[in-house]
Amino acid sequence: MTDPKTEGPLLQMRGVTKSFRGARALDDATMTVGRSQIRALIGQNGAGKSTLIKILTGVYRRDGGEVLLDGRPVDFRSTAEAQAGGVVTIYQEVNLVPKLSVAENIFLGRFPKRRGLVDWATMRAGARDALAKLSLDIDVTRPLGSYRVATQQMTAIARAVSLEARLLVLDEPTSSLAEREVETLFGVMRSLRDSGVSMVFVSHRMDELYEICEDVTVLRDGRTVAEEPLASLNQYELVSKMLGRAAEQVASGARAAARPRQQAEPVLAVSGAASAPRLKDASLAVYAGQVQGVAGLLGSGRSELLRSIFGADPLDGGTVVVSSDAAPIRTPREAIAARLAFLSEDRRAEGIVPHLSVRDNLTLALLPKLTRRGIVDRKRQKQIVTDYIARLGIKAQADQPIVELSGGNQQKVLLARWLATEPAVLLLDEPTRGIDVSAKAEILTLVDKLAADGMGVLLVSSELEEVVSACDDVTVLRDGVSVARVDVERLSEESLMAVMASGEAVPSADSAPNKDKSDD
Amino acid sequence: MTDLATRPAEVSALRRIDWPTMIRRYGAAAVLALLVIFNIIFTENFLDLRNILFVQLRQAAPTAIVALGMALVIATGGIDLSVGAVVALSGQVTAVFLLDGVPPLVALPIGILVGLAAGLFNGTLVSRFGIQPMIATLVLFTAGRGLAQVVTGGRIQTVNEPIVEFLGLGVIAGLPISVFSLIVITIAIIGVTRFTPAGTKLLAVGGNERAAGLVGIRTKWVKTMAYVVAGGLAGYVGLLELGRIQASDATNAGLNMELDAIAAVAVAGTTLAGGTFSPGRTIIGVLMLRLLQNTLVAHGIPREVAQIAQGLIIVAAIYLLRRSRDAR
Ligand SMILES: Nc1ncnc2c1ncn2[C@@H]1O[C@H](COP(=O)(O)OP(=O)(O)OP(=O)(O)O)[C@@H](O)[C@H]1O
Ligand SMILES: [Mg+2]
Repeated sequence: MTDPKTEGPLLQMRGVTKSFRGARALDDATMTVGRSQIRALIGQNGAGKSTLIKILTGVYRRDGGEVLLDGRPVDFRSTAEAQAGGVVTIYQEVNLVPKLSVAENIFLGRFPKRRGLVDWATMRAGARDALAKLSLDIDVTRPLGSYRVATQQMTAIARAVSLEARLLVLDEPTSSLAEREVETLFGVMRSLRDSGVSMVFVSHRMDELYEICEDVTVLRDGRTVAEEPLASLNQYELVSKMLGRAAEQVASGARAAARPRQQAEPVLAVSGAASAPRLKDASLAVYAGQVQGVAGLLGSGRSELLRSIFGADPLDGGTVVVSSDAAPIRTPREAIAARLAFLSEDRRAEGIVPHLSVRDNLTLALLPKLTRRGIVDRKRQKQIVTDYIARLGIKAQADQPIVELSGGNQQKVLLARWLATEPAVLLLDEPTRGIDVSAKAEILTLVDKLAADGMGVLLVSSELEEVVSACDDVTVLRDGVSVARVDVERLSEESLMAVMASGEAVPSADSAPNKDKSDD
Repeated sequence: MTDLATRPAEVSALRRIDWPTMIRRYGAAAVLALLVIFNIIFTENFLDLRNILFVQLRQAAPTAIVALGMALVIATGGIDLSVGAVVALSGQVTAVFLLDGVPPLVALPIGILVGLAAGLFNGTLVSRFGIQPMIATLVLFTAGRGLAQVVTGGRIQTVNEPIVEFLGLGVIAGLPISVFSLIVITIAIIGVTRFTPAGTKLLAVGGNERAAGLVGIRTKWVKTMAYVVAGGLAGYVGLLELGRIQASDATNAGLNMELDAIAAVAVAGTTLAGGTFSPGRTIIGVLMLRLLQNTLVAHGIPREVAQIAQGLIIVAAIYLLRRSRDAR
């Protein structure tokens, strides 16, 4: 219909404003997307990125401003209308249906039909094709919810890519992905761009932006403060624009030396842990005052290891010993009693209780401790909530339902939920997912400080940079087996990458390398 | 996602109000207010305190008590189809014991115990055995009333017992027993959900069961308790109904009460998916539906037509629920 060589930009959003119950979310936001262009949209948590995107696609109604697609004013009233207009979106919170199969999700709303009936065979084949473009080979008949977040995210991407958009909007698609999947995604994005598709890409990972985007739109407090070619700004300048003040040194280097162990006995000792189907034989130890990292590729069993330590998944074999507690942990309840805390990687399915307030969400794990003679101490609850909102810089009111918060701010509330329990051992699965660069540095500093004060931390992160900068010692998992330990002297992104891929390392762990099959 | 309402791009301040959400939350109260105004103008003696307390409110109170229990169950993401049958069962068991000469001090608590036991049965099926709430409570929906019939041998027998008469006709603090009970129960439920951790736990289990489990909440226990409380309240209402009829009647006691209760929770704007609970709005929902029926019937509209009107209101409520923002 439209000649791709038409003059002028593909999308123009000008002077867009939006308030939620009097609170300004967008205030004169502007964004221009050229043809065959990948534009970065960046800003701090709560700056208004997702809101701007949702206004474009008709999820929210704008209060003012205009949106021009192909130079013509448009006013989409629903995601479906936007899709019909060629604008396809991958929302920050995957909004597919967990109970439906992967194939059904990819073809949701456009099932292939034959003689009036759903053509399941075509649908399955189509789904497999769409996923193959992303180098993903999974059982498309299984329910989406049975796969981990990263796979769900890839499914959402496969769906969007197969919708044949003119403008593809990706709101933090990479926050749950590991490096390898990010590369695959970027390959797909480049070939889409070469075939004339424009894209808007949201990410808090600066290096990704420089790798894939040509131009950048910077939002600060709902206002567009810069629209420039990315090449004209270095990372430091970019972050400064985002924050509205000079950024401190952004990149934090690896720790020079391991912290001395405070005690000879570990606070958490795992040996030979197994949990079907993915975790087979994992061993590690966490000491008070240290940050122990766990690294591994997607499907290597990192999350499963944390889950089975916490009693969220059954432990089929091996032992987990928490120093403060001799009894084995079978449920999260027992884990909490043993002063463990576990931040799940899946914010939506296992974290937030959507309609509950920020206050109730933040103190959910603390509820028993806040209760005196059966009555919740609301005053103390309020103090704690106010305290953490300030400490983590959460942009929210205490009595706001948590669904109304931006993704990064929800994540901060969940982190606060566990910090507030003052655990002896903190299990963190992708703790900085969706959190902006400056807040991420602050959170990692906080974790560092907590460790220095005597907490034991077990950290899983797909971002090697984070693992390298935050951890004293890293256990590498491969196919559910702990194959190596890398200590702080040898710790670098390159060394980790090599061990994760090959499973061969300076042999210090007791388990032998295991290189037969790989799943997921 | 498929909001296809036609609205201009520039939205005026008035239009910026989220009408579906407003109507969902306060619609029932607004309709109730309109009905009251209508009745004040067009219905004779409507404002008479005796009419309000001893006719309108006394009729609505038993359903309202059952609806509070229903709202608790719905907050966990469940539903309880058995409460009407449990009302019948508890009343009939009590009636039979009284007729057999068992002292009221024993027979009445037994009625409530029957309700609690039924709730425990439902809750166990749902939370321990993972049976769909609709199916699990269907068991007692059918079996409960059948059992009540077996217990009484299908006969309607007058129960002459001062305490039963008191339950039906007595007055405490100037209020009929049922209205007084409703007030006490409402205050108790609001107090417990607000001041103890129970309210937060209930909403957490209904809002995100997996998240609730990970913070150490005993999700199965919380769910079971919701059914137990709902059953206990239905058991108590069984006694109130026995007092009202002053006879054993397994066929009609509590008939359709589960449907009235679910309808009230729905028009109150509670998502049936769980995670929200509003006792005040639930009671308003009951009063509104009751007064709607009474008003239509009092003004010569056939009961069948009145029921259709009620059906339409419920459909409208559910439609608004789907459209409003915070229901998602
Ligand atoms: N439905 C809503 N109701 C009320 N406030 C909202 C709603 N959606 C967003 N907001 C508010 O608007 C602001 C912008 O949120 P938005 O989600 O657009 O941020 P974001 O830039 O995407 O942040 P993040 O990087 O954390 O994802 C936040 O303060 C948020 O609390
Ligand atoms: Mg966002």
